[in-house]
Amino acid sequence: MSDWIEVGQLNDIPKLGARVVKAPEGDIAVFRTADDKVFALADKCPHKGGQLSQGIVMGNKVACPLHDWKIELDAGTAVAPDEGCTASFPIKMEGETIMLSLTANEGCPNS
Amino acid sequence: MSEKLVVIGNGMAGIRTVEELLKIDPLMYDITVFGAEPYGNYNRIMLSPVLAGEKTIDEIMLNDMQWYEDNKVTLHSGKEVTSIDRVNKKVVADDGTEESYDRLLIATGSDPFIIPVPGNDLDGVIAFRDIKDVDTMIEAAGEHKHAVVIGGGLLGLEAANGLMEQGMSVTVVHLMDKLMERQMDGPAAAMLKESLEERGLHFLMEAATESIIGKDRVEKVRFKDGSEIYADLVVMAVGIKPNIALAKEAGIHCERGIVVNDTLQTYDPSIYSVGECAQHRGIAYGLVAPLFEMAKVCANHLAKMGIGRYEGTMTSTKLKVTGIDLFSAGDFVGDESTDELVFQDKARGVYRKIVVKNNKIEGAVMYGDTIDGTWYFDLMRDGTDISEFRENLLFGQAHLGDSGHGDDNRVALMSDTTEICGCNGVTKGDIVIAINDNKLFTLDEVRAHTKASSSCGSCTGLVESIMSHTLGGDYSTAPHLKPMCGCTDKTHDDVREAINGGELTSVRSVMDTMEWKTEDGCSKCRPAVNYYLVCKHPDKNIDDNQSRFINERAHANIQGDGTYSVIPRMWGGMTTPQELRAVADAAEKFDLDTVHVTGGQRIGLYGVKKDDLPAIWKDLNDAGMVSGHAYGKALRTVKTCVGRDWCRFGTQDSTGIGIKLEQLSWGSWMPHKFKMAASGCPRNCAEATIKDYGVVCVDSGYELHVGGNGGIKVRATDLLCNVDTEEEVLEYSAAYMQMYREEAHYLERTAPWIERVGLNHVKEAIVDNEANRKELAERFKFGQTFMQDDPWEERAKGGESHEFTPLKVIG
Repeated sequence: MSDWIEVGQLNDIPKLGARVVKAPEGDIAVFRTADDKVFALADKCPHKGGQLSQGIVMGNKVACPLHDWKIELDAGTAVAPDEGCTASFPIKMEGETIMLSLTANEGCPNS
Repeated sequence: MSEKLVVIGNGMAGIRTVEELLKIDPLMYDITVFGAEPYGNYNRIMLSPVLAGEKTIDEIMLNDMQWYEDNKVTLHSGKEVTSIDRVNKKVVADDGTEESYDRLLIATGSDPFIIPVPGNDLDGVIAFRDIKDVDTMIEAAGEHKHAVVIGGGLLGLEAANGLMEQGMSVTVVHLMDKLMERQMDGPAAAMLKESLEERGLHFLMEAATESIIGKDRVEKVRFKDGSEIYADLVVMAVGIKPNIALAKEAGIHCERGIVVNDTLQTYDPSIYSVGECAQHRGIAYGLVAPLFEMAKVCANHLAKMGIGRYEGTMTSTKLKVTGIDLFSAGDFVGDESTDELVFQDKARGVYRKIVVKNNKIEGAVMYGDTIDGTWYFDLMRDGTDISEFRENLLFGQAHLGDSGHGDDNRVALMSDTTEICGCNGVTKGDIVIAINDNKLFTLDEVRAHTKASSSCGSCTGLVESIMSHTLGGDYSTAPHLKPMCGCTDKTHDDVREAINGGELTSVRSVMDTMEWKTEDGCSKCRPAVNYYLVCKHPDKNIDDNQSRFINERAHANIQGDGTYSVIPRMWGGMTTPQELRAVADAAEKFDLDTVHVTGGQRIGLYGVKKDDLPAIWKDLNDAGMVSGHAYGKALRTVKTCVGRDWCRFGTQDSTGIGIKLEQLSWGSWMPHKFKMAASGCPRNCAEATIKDYGVVCVDSGYELHVGGNGGIKVRATDLLCNVDTEEEVLEYSAAYMQMYREEAHYLERTAPWIERVGLNHVKEAIVDNEANRKELAERFKFGQTFMQDDPWEERAKGGESHEFTPLKVIG
């Protein structure tokens, strides 16, 4: 895991918001929570592919803008009773700088 | 070390409370449950279908043994608690098992009432309460012929029907002159009796049992008039009484039931009670529906959250005998102060009676066709003023212009493949399977599992009907005062009132002050709170973008494929060659294949990439066009006809009026989208009578129409009033819009809002009260001075750029 890529500063993302990193493998949504934690998920809801980056962030979850599925920001799993998951990607903060790895975390078969 | 919670009673009320508690905090308590029956928790109301052979015990099991293991709940099944030692805080069971508690929950339910006649302890005399009774009945049906059911109420008839299905010859003995006298009036009870007789049941009415005769086993039943009938099995189903013996012995204050307060706490602060054994505000409920609300509130207090009160439940009943539909709720008898609306068609076997007082439903009883039961029940519970549709009330909801479903509203007859929720493609079969497999009882649970009725909501009534049909009417309807969402117990009106106090100016401060249960709220409450704040404080720059849905954040509609639509405003549906040229140029420049003429008389460009939005907006701005707010809970369009300038029938300048209305109101945020129209004559080519606000020009002036809807549920407008001048049209419309903005709940269109508050309320505020009308209109115009900046222009010039540019492009 040495492929950390600098993608921006914490303040580039609004609190309770998200921005998109365009990568060759597909778009990645980078989220910032109310307490300034940063998470990265494939920008695709496991339901019908909605762009999670466009959803409403709440706690450690995001609500998909298409059909309001709730997805956990850390693991990418859908909140029950919905089932499914979306790939999550490692994030590391160096001070205010957001570092992203394009190697998806293990655990989600969709990744 | 967790505190210890002991639950006495392994039935629906006790376990539901445990489930609610585990949802809030799974680790707070070490939980132990005592159950007298040797099973897990099963759905007691489904015993009748089991007896009738329509379901199996496995199918009605709600929590099997594995569930207790998975949730680390200790279950002492088959052990009956015999005493509560309140001083040392422990309970003792019949086999000597002791458990100490920090908090105790008594959910012992109720006992069947056994009439005190000689012979009531003979073999073959039983009640109808648990699995054991059902087993006894099924066994008896295999060996014997004659069954007598004492009691012609709900339970008795269900038992009788079940025994008959098991092959016995059954006589129902009833003390009163009509069946189910607590739920039915005379005509309905007579129809019920007739159809049960057709199925083969026998009835002895006004028959008082004197004794039950037999050597070891029951042989006959004798009545006070001296007559006798043969009986191999006697089922007592004359009523139930709260099971309070244990609580009473422990010195806990009991009347008919164990007396609890609004938090379900007994007079001993560490002891709670829920379900049929509890008595709340003088009522001990004998039905299952109230326990879902009780469980929720009780769990909340057990979890020491300290919010939520149980304020009683209105109940309705339905008989679980397949093929017989009856429904009753509230006071269906009435008195001299009430009116009765009655519909009876003997040949079709249909009867309905609605008792109305001051234009509100007090009660209803229905037989034969009960599809509208849930609707009447909702109207009754919400205290809805029915004067507007009183003449059609008896014919049901389908006759109120719900063209979406009409006669398909016959859930019982629907095949499993019938689509119920058109938004999410959910069939009747999907819903029934979800209810049975996942043991669902509430509308919210069904929505979460199936998504049915969770999008546009128009099929909510159908889903409720299916629930009531599947669960036998005992499902829990939504509470009377609905909380905004799962994040809070506060209602929309509570939140609004707090915001109107003026102190709260951010979404965060509202959530903090009003003790939200979640950190950041959710996609339901945050947009609502944000709207209420923006509505209250138009002059303060407090709009929270992160609490807006993407469409309003990006000022364009997200499409299924993640691209956006761009729809510029065309004032009153009028456009020019220059505008058309600009739209055409933009479509070509940004490579947009789809150009669509919308229903609101403008042109939509589809397939725009998000990154391109500011650029396309700039091009349109340069041609003098601004945002059409086609994406917002806001003023959408004002549809017009060409009016008297061109049309030989035109009476007024309807096009001009439309343009002025649009200029007045564009940019205003509303609880939901808001559409207007202005027609030049009563031919009404602009379809003004299905808009939120419609103007129909007539020779003498203008008719103002409100509360129409052409979407989910077609609703024609109500006539607000007639006015003489254009100035009045504009003033009334501003006042009306402001009233809607200030009073409607977020995401409530004008049609349901007016149905909820009543047209008279709107007329009083706007038509009858000139001063109030002018104030409303002034408030609207004041707000508009802050709203009428084109959001596209701001962003075309670089505002909110983070919304439209990627954080980073890799590779």
